[in-house]
Amino acid sequence: MENFTPYTSLAGGILIGISASILMFLNGRIAGISGIVSGIFNNPTVSEKAWRIAFVAGLVGGAFAYAYFFPISIAPREHITTALLVAGGLIVGVGTAMGGGCTSGHGICGMSRFSLRSITATMAFLASGIVTVYVVNLLAGASA
Amino acid sequence: MKTVISALMAGIIFGVGLALSGMVDPNKVINFLDVTGNWDPSLMFVLGGGVITTTLAYRFIFAQGKPLFDDDFHLPTLLKIDSKLLFGSILFGIGWGLIGYCPGPAVASIGFNPEEPLIVVVSMLAGMLVYRKIAKV
Repeated sequence: MENFTPYTSLAGGILIGISASILMFLNGRIAGISGIVSGIFNNPTVSEKAWRIAFVAGLVGGAFAYAYFFPISIAPREHITTALLVAGGLIVGVGTAMGGGCTSGHGICGMSRFSLRSITATMAFLASGIVTVYVVNLLAGASA
Repeated sequence: MKTVISALMAGIIFGVGLALSGMVDPNKVINFLDVTGNWDPSLMFVLGGGVITTTLAYRFIFAQGKPLFDDDFHLPTLLKIDSKLLFGSILFGIGWGLIGYCPGPAVASIGFNPEEPLIVVVSMLAGMLVYRKIAKV
């Protein structure tokens, strides 16, 4: 087990839960990032766009402020090429649009409503993520 | 205006949560998915902390009957588990495992570590729009 951070990860998860709760309590909205972001582009009304843009601005600003006070160092990833980032991003975009959510919408909000769809989706993307990393490591090992 | 300020507040807390949790580090995400290798179970704690907090809060919130700043809760109306849900989620997991970014951390990282996340977010948006065009949803 490498770099196991149970306390900060739990605290971060609780903050994410508080955020999801605020958004439901005040605005009646699911805190699903893929849905909020894509909704900026496919919603005709200004008020629908406005709260989504505000949420995204807060998301970027919140992480930026945290990193300003507590610098986050991310180890360089030489094997991750631009082409791979583009392909991965495209797949994440198509997949979350088709599946109706991501780690936040299905994984946090949906599971918290005991939604069978979200529980199914979460099991599916966790399983395929695990298989993908396994296969990537297998191929990397074979070519090394 | 009220819904904009509350969304901004919720977004800030979400962003701080993602940064504190370690999910903005794609290496950590890949190590979490690497259950047969250098497994880092930290992200189970992110999911667990998020789900427990939200489950408890949602019970209270839904008991109010409606949100404070709107007339209704906006909840998904689809209940059926269909092939789109399954296939889409499997696809999403493949992309997640390949690059270590899901939508939240990718967007949140744009401010402090833009190099990879910018490429990911632009590609992700393109993927979403292309899917919507093709599927006409």
